[in-house]
Amino acid sequence: MRTLIRGMGELTITAGLILMLFVTYQLWGTGRYTQNQQDRLSEEMLSDWKSPKFTTERVKLGEGLAMIRIPRFGEDWRYVIVEGVEREDLRKGPGHYPGTALPGEVGNFVVSGHRTTYSAPFNRLGELRRGDEILIDTREEQYVYTVTDRKIVKPSATEVTAPVPGHPKRRPTERLITLTTCHPKYSAAQRMIIFGELESAVPRVERA
Amino acid sequence: MYAWIWRHLPGTWRTKAATAAGLIVAVAAVFWFVVFPWVEPKVQFDDGVVDTPTPTRTP
Repeated sequence: MRTLIRGMGELTITAGLILMLFVTYQLWGTGRYTQNQQDRLSEEMLSDWKSPKFTTERVKLGEGLAMIRIPRFGEDWRYVIVEGVEREDLRKGPGHYPGTALPGEVGNFVVSGHRTTYSAPFNRLGELRRGDEILIDTREEQYVYTVTDRKIVKPSATEVTAPVPGHPKRRPTERLITLTTCHPKYSAAQRMIIFGELESAVPRVERA
Repeated sequence: MYAWIWRHLPGTWRTKAATAAGLIVAVAAVFWFVVFPWVEPKVQFDDGVVDTPTPTRTP
């Protein structure tokens, strides 16, 4: 009887330790994978931008599309946005919803990012205030978007990804950005949506 | 369970301790590199995407 109880005790403690290891893996281990992917994507994308070859080909799923920087999160805060929002894509960094507008285009440039795992790119989205800048770098331009609104919605609220957020049938006239992530922080119960609009664009020049 | 394992490890208590530590590291590695990546997609607590997005193109 005593050995049985001791055995069960050891089993449950072991299970607890494994669970704690798993939480560490989720919050820390996944981030290492993302950082490696980000380094690779960043190198590929920036060298691709330098090459004189020009193409109007669409960016393939999983490849780097643009660089996002948010000054409010610090000078060094930047991520390569990949094309696609499947699991595989979001593991590498923030992802662009395929089919939504590209940076600077009329319509809605929609990007989703993890809140707590995989390097948690959008962890601090809740700190953004109206007027905060979101910088999007592409090959030719640096687009400056400013935050206009924040909403907490149900995960089924796909209307926020429409060209006119909230109005799927309307024809767009403005150049907008929308960021989505999980809410509250360690839950997938809701989504936090950050809305922004294009304020200015500056041509990018390679440093000599 | 653990007492049984300990009794059956070879050598002095120092060897046993070293072997035990090695085993723990090996098991932890199996979990970290094999089990956890497999389980992870099934534990959706950080999805971030607004449902399954249907591309909303401009008409």
